Amino acid sequence: MRDHLTEIIIASAIFVIVSVMGFLAARWRRPDNMAHLNEWGLGGRSFGSWITWFLVGGDLYTAYTFVAVPALLFASGALGFYAVPYTVIVYPLVFVPLVRLWSVSHRHGFVTPADFVRARSGSSTMALLVAITGIVATMPYIALQLVGIEAVLKSMHVNPTWALIIAFAILAAYTYQSGLRAPALIAFVKDALIYIVIIVAVIWIPYKLGGWHKIFDAADTKFTKTNGTILNSGNQWQYITLAFGSALALFLYPHSITGVLASRSRNVIKRNMSALPAYSLLLGLIALLGYMAIAAGTKPIVSSGKADNNTIVPQLFDQMFPHWFAGIAFAAVAIGALVPAAIMAIAAANLFTRNIYKEYIKPGASAAEEATVSKIASLVVKIGAILVILLIDPQFSIDLQLIGGVIILQTLPAVAIGVYTRWLHRWGLVAGWLVGMGLGLWMLYQIPNPATNHKHFGGSAFALSKWFDPTTIGLNKTTVVYVGFIAVLANLIVAVIVTLICRAASAPDGVDITRPDDYTADAGEPTPPPPPQQLAGDELPEPVPTT
Amino acid sequence: MVEPQTEPAPRRRSATGAWHWLLVIPVVVPLLVFLFNAKNPYLLGFPRFYWLQLAFILLSVATTLVVYNLTKSREG
Repeated sequence: MRDHLTEIIIASAIFVIVSVMGFLAARWRRPDNMAHLNEWGLGGRSFGSWITWFLVGGDLYTAYTFVAVPALLFASGALGFYAVPYTVIVYPLVFVPLVRLWSVSHRHGFVTPADFVRARSGSSTMALLVAITGIVATMPYIALQLVGIEAVLKSMHVNPTWALIIAFAILAAYTYQSGLRAPALIAFVKDALIYIVIIVAVIWIPYKLGGWHKIFDAADTKFTKTNGTILNSGNQWQYITLAFGSALALFLYPHSITGVLASRSRNVIKRNMSALPAYSLLLGLIALLGYMAIAAGTKPIVSSGKADNNTIVPQLFDQMFPHWFAGIAFAAVAIGALVPAAIMAIAAANLFTRNIYKEYIKPGASAAEEATVSKIASLVVKIGAILVILLIDPQFSIDLQLIGGVIILQTLPAVAIGVYTRWLHRWGLVAGWLVGMGLGLWMLYQIPNPATNHKHFGGSAFALSKWFDPTTIGLNKTTVVYVGFIAVLANLIVAVIVTLICRAASAPDGVDITRPDDYTADAGEPTPPPPPQQLAGDELPEPVPTT
Repeated sequence: MVEPQTEPAPRRRSATGAWHWLLVIPVVVPLLVFLFNAKNPYLLGFPRFYWLQLAFILLSVATTLVVYNLTKSREG
C-alpha cells in the first residue's frame, strides 16, 4: 500500500473536491422552485450546447467504457474496436428522431421515454413495459460503474468494499440534494481530467514503447491465430451487428434521453450530434490502450484465482506513469463512474415516479410530491446497485449489462419508431416487445462463458450454427451475431404482423394526444391553442383516423 | 423511415427535411467491413483497420454539421 500512497492521496483529494462541487451544484443556475421534476430531474430543461456536450459526453462515455473497451481489445483483439463504429454511426442515426422526441417532450412536459409512449400509443400497458424495461436495463449499468471504480481501487491496493460504499454514499447524498445539476457540473471536471490523461497516455506510452508500429506488432503476434489485429470471416458479422445494434440501443437508455431532454433547444441537440464524436475519437484512442498493455507486457490483477481484465488499464497507468500522474488518471476513471451513475439513478427514479408511482400508485401526485418521490427512488436505486456489486460476482454484472443492451433495444418500435409514425398498433407494439424480449433472453440463455465457467448468459454473441448451417447462406460456419440485433428484428416483424391483424379485425387504436406539429416545435415558439393536456386520457383530442 | 401521417406541413419543413437523407451516408459507410478490414496501407504506424475507422469520425462530424446548417432554426 505504501508504494501507492502518492496515488491514493492525489486521487482522494480530487474526489473530495468533486464531492464538494456536487453539493454546491444545487445553487448553480438556481431555480425559484427546486421541488419540481423539471428542476431536480432535468436541470430546468435549460442546458445550452456546452453543458449538454459535457453532460451527455459524461453520461454516455462511462468509466466502465474506459475500462472495459481496452480490456476487450487486450483479450479479443480487433473485435473490441467495434466501440468506434458504434459511437460514429450513433449520432447521424439519432439526429432526426432525437430532435423530434425533444420537441414533443418540450410541448407536453414529458420527462421519460415512457411518458412519450403513454401519450403517443395511448397504451398504458406499453408505457409500463417501457418504464420497467428502462429501469431493469439501467440497474446493472449503474452497478458496472462501480466495477470501474473497483478496478482502480484494486490497482491502488485499497480495500474496494469500504471505499466503494463511502464513494457511493457521497454520490447518493449530493444527487439527492442537487439532482441533475450535480453530474452536469462534475462532468466538466471529469471530462477535463479524462482528456488530459488520455492525450498524455497516447503520446507518452507509445513513445516509451518505441512507437505505434511496435504496439500493433505486439498485438499481431498475440492474435496470430485469429487473423491478427483485423477481423476474420467468423466475427465480421458480430462486429457489424454489435456496432449497429449498440448504436440503436444507446439513445433508448433512459439516462441518455434524460441528458437530451435537459437541453434548451433543438439546435443544442443538433450541434451536439456534431460535437459529441470528439468523445468517440477519445474512445478510439482509449481502446488502443489495450494493445499498449500487450506491448508493455502488463498483467491484469489476479483475484481469487481469476485474472481481472478490467484492471488492465489501471495497471498500465500504474506501470507507465509517475505516481502523481497515475493518481490523477485513477481519479479521472473514478469520477468518470460517478457522473453516469448519478444520471442513470436520476433517470431510473424519474421512470419510477412518472410511470409507476403517478400512473398506478397515486395519480393525483403534485409536482413537489413527484420530485420528492424521485429523490427517494434515486437513493433506493443506488443502494440496489451497490448491493449488486457487493453480493454478486462483478463478472456476473457485466453479463447483466449485456442483457441490458438486448432488452432496452426492445423498446425501439414504441419509442424510436413512435417519433416518426404511429402506424404500429398498440397491441402490435406489445406483442413485438414480448416476442423480442422472449427470443433475446432465450438466445442469451444459451450462450456460455468459458472464461468464468458460466453455462448461461455468458455474453451477447450468438453462434448461428446453433440454429442452422451458416454456410448454406454463404457465411463462415463460425459466424456469430449480436443477440440484440436478431431480437429487435423479430420484435419489428411481429409488431408489423400483429398491426396488420389488428387493422383487419378493426381493433380500436389508442388515443394519440400528440399532434404532427408537436414534433417540430422549438423553444420559444408559442404553443398553439388548444393547449395539449399532459397525459390526458380519453376526452381530447380526436384519435388520429386510421385506414 | 416513413414520414408521419398527413399534415399540411409548411413548405420550409419538407424542403429542409430532404437534407436529412444525407445522414444515411455516415451510418452505412462505417459498417462496410470490406473498406477497412485490412492492414495496408499503414498510416503513422496504424494499420488501415484502425486509422480508417477513426477517420470515419470526420465523415460523421462533417455530415452532421452540413445537415445542421441546412436545417437549423434561426433562434437558439
